[in-house]
Amino acid sequence: MIPELGQVALILCLMLALAQMVFGFAGAATNRANWMAVVKPAAIGQMVFATLSFATLVIAFLQDDFTVSYVANNSNTALPTLYKVAAVWGAHEGSLLLWVLVQSGWTCAVALGSGRLPQVFSSRVIATLGFVSVGFLLFILLTSNPFWRMMPGAFEGQDLNPLLQDFGLAVHPPVLYLGYIGFSVAFAFAIATMLGGDLNTQWARWTRPWTTLAWLFLTIGIALGSWWAYYELGWGGWWFWDAVENASFMPWLIGTALIHSLAVTDKRGLFKSWTLLLSILAFSLSLLGTFLVRSGVLVSVHSFASDPERGLYILIFLGVVVCSALLLYALRAHRFDEQGHFDLVSRETALLVNNVLLVSAAFVVLFGTLYPLINEGLGLPKVSVGEPWFNAYFVPLALLLMASLGIGMHTLWRVSNTNSLVRRLRWLAVVAVIAALVLPSLFFGRTAVMTVLGTAAALWVILSTASELWIRYRTNGNVRMPRAMVGMLVAHVGVALCVAGVTYTSAYSDQRDVALKAGESYTLGNYSFELQTVKQVEGPNYVAQEATVGLAYKGKSLGVLKPQKRLYRVQKSPMTESDIHARLSRDVYVALGADLGNGSYSLRLQIKPMVRFIWLGALIMALGGFLALTDRRYYLERRAVEAGSKARTA
Amino acid sequence: MRFSVPLVLFLGLSVFLLLGLDQDPQKIPSPFIGKPVPAFSLETVESASGTVSTQDYAGKPYVINVWGSWCPACYDEHPYLLEYAAQGQLPIIGLNWKDTREKAQSWLAQLGDPYVANAFDPVGDAGINLGVYGAPESFLIGADGIVLYKHVGPLTPDVWQEQFLARVQL
Repeated sequence: MIPELGQVALILCLMLALAQMVFGFAGAATNRANWMAVVKPAAIGQMVFATLSFATLVIAFLQDDFTVSYVANNSNTALPTLYKVAAVWGAHEGSLLLWVLVQSGWTCAVALGSGRLPQVFSSRVIATLGFVSVGFLLFILLTSNPFWRMMPGAFEGQDLNPLLQDFGLAVHPPVLYLGYIGFSVAFAFAIATMLGGDLNTQWARWTRPWTTLAWLFLTIGIALGSWWAYYELGWGGWWFWDAVENASFMPWLIGTALIHSLAVTDKRGLFKSWTLLLSILAFSLSLLGTFLVRSGVLVSVHSFASDPERGLYILIFLGVVVCSALLLYALRAHRFDEQGHFDLVSRETALLVNNVLLVSAAFVVLFGTLYPLINEGLGLPKVSVGEPWFNAYFVPLALLLMASLGIGMHTLWRVSNTNSLVRRLRWLAVVAVIAALVLPSLFFGRTAVMTVLGTAAALWVILSTASELWIRYRTNGNVRMPRAMVGMLVAHVGVALCVAGVTYTSAYSDQRDVALKAGESYTLGNYSFELQTVKQVEGPNYVAQEATVGLAYKGKSLGVLKPQKRLYRVQKSPMTESDIHARLSRDVYVALGADLGNGSYSLRLQIKPMVRFIWLGALIMALGGFLALTDRRYYLERRAVEAGSKARTA
Repeated sequence: MRFSVPLVLFLGLSVFLLLGLDQDPQKIPSPFIGKPVPAFSLETVESASGTVSTQDYAGKPYVINVWGSWCPACYDEHPYLLEYAAQGQLPIIGLNWKDTREKAQSWLAQLGDPYVANAFDPVGDAGINLGVYGAPESFLIGADGIVLYKHVGPLTPDVWQEQFLARVQL
């Protein structure tokens, strides 16, 4: 009975989303206040029913209701409770339900937070979000119903894919979805702006906190995914330029560009049509990512559900959303053409460079991801676009971005004095380059061009940030500044740390596959590994061989690592559970491989310097986003708008 | 006019996305292509005391074919493998994957044995290291031990000719 309630709740959601869409658009077009009044309660109702529907599926999992075929396919009585909940979004149907839940959450938040916006505008925003919801609800109900029953029910479930039985992957999809779908808010603001044709740039200020929030979640989501791949896939890689990773990285790059161009539109009223286009692109790429992952046109290490029929549906939906948005853009964008000018050396130029580089990077990733598909569409042989290709194009763009970032932070709006800029920054550049030439050989005994460039880029940004603080302190006697500014500086330091992590992990990682018998040791660099024992251990739903590996650094013991080779009982699939001795400066990574017979086992040993900086940097970027989000300006402005509208009505 | 450019670009892109739906997503380039084949040394299907190791075949190109008696597509593939083995151009090493010894042996006894050696990987460890998605799956290994090509699904004569034989000078 409970799953049927979930199904009914989902249908009610669809009805409410339709009402939200129809009354929102029609009401705004005909200026009927009573029609427009429908959207807010409809959005709240949609949230309530989406939550109910989601809760019923959670209950079905917790109760091991194997008459529900989705539960039977993705759970098992022996599955630990945490993973029973995570299994809700462990496969296609449930992850769409999660999408709907998150979408309704964002919509509801916008509906509740938009009380101060003009009614016509907010109705259009919520109507657009309703339109997106309708698409996803129809997708679930028509092609991917998670509440489908099978009679008779299964006696025992098929269990969750063992790769997903992990904390990192339990939290990764919800956070990533919060980011993906969060960009639908910026998208809806852009649509509403173009429909209204209102020339002032208030919308940019309204959009900014929402966009930053979505970006923050996406940043954390991508970092979680990378971290998960690192310790769970057993290869020790943290980024594979894999189609699914790229699918989340493209909206991130465009979203980052959007955050910066919104700043220009908000502060200076420039780049309006460009900002609108980026708002459309960020969400379009989120949808494209979903299409690529869900349709099976590209296969990757992460794709767990794919089906061409579903792919066709998403493609149609993607086509409708993106085409209508871009058509509207083609018709209306000229109205938002620029007036106002800025000098060549100015913050506007710096942010323009930032945008050009980020968008180019996004296109590199898009092209690399779709190239095999395009080639095949043209009847050319299938090619693999792998890591070397992506690195060859992406890394130079990233380095240029870092170089311009260090300068950009010191520029002023409208016009900057070139001489003072040069005076401010030249010594920093010299210090960064000299340090980059010296430091790698000092710590690692060898160096390379990429290492020098990466170090210089990271140091350059950090020094540039520090000098901003120093100059402030010298002129004002304190380093007080608006929260948005603090957030900007923090996020940029995060970028620098991430770049440093990538540079050093790529250049100085050491990896060895060795065969050891119990009692034997192997020395890699300054670390020695002793295989002590290998024994059988039992988990709740798996059996495992667990190795005990003693780790020592220059003869001093650091304790033991216990990598496992698990065999999950139901799915019969083996899983490598690596063990990591983690420090900020380096990870020591041990994975247990095959039993080679006669008592010897293969072990993969890796030392990865500064790999933690990659994720730490991402978290610091997200922290920067959070700080910017809490800037009082966004909330003061609201009060001012409110006061203004009261004054007008009075 | 310039504001229509994004729309036109997207329409162009969607043509390829639509074409992509009809294509075979299984022809995926393996991350191992261009890298040394992950070495394995396993018991043979015939007996627990025999061993098959990738090292035994270094120096000449060869094929690793992943199969299992439980896999229907392997049935379809099997007659072709016998044909290729009879031609004798490239040796084929079997990797019997997630199977039992009795079933694998009776399969070879009944249907014929195209393999120069057959490694027994009941748990699938070696398969995981090779990045196997499913059976049947075939890897072309060059004389220098580098993975040259990977094919997912039955090894049909066109694939054998155009992708496998064509890639190694014989």
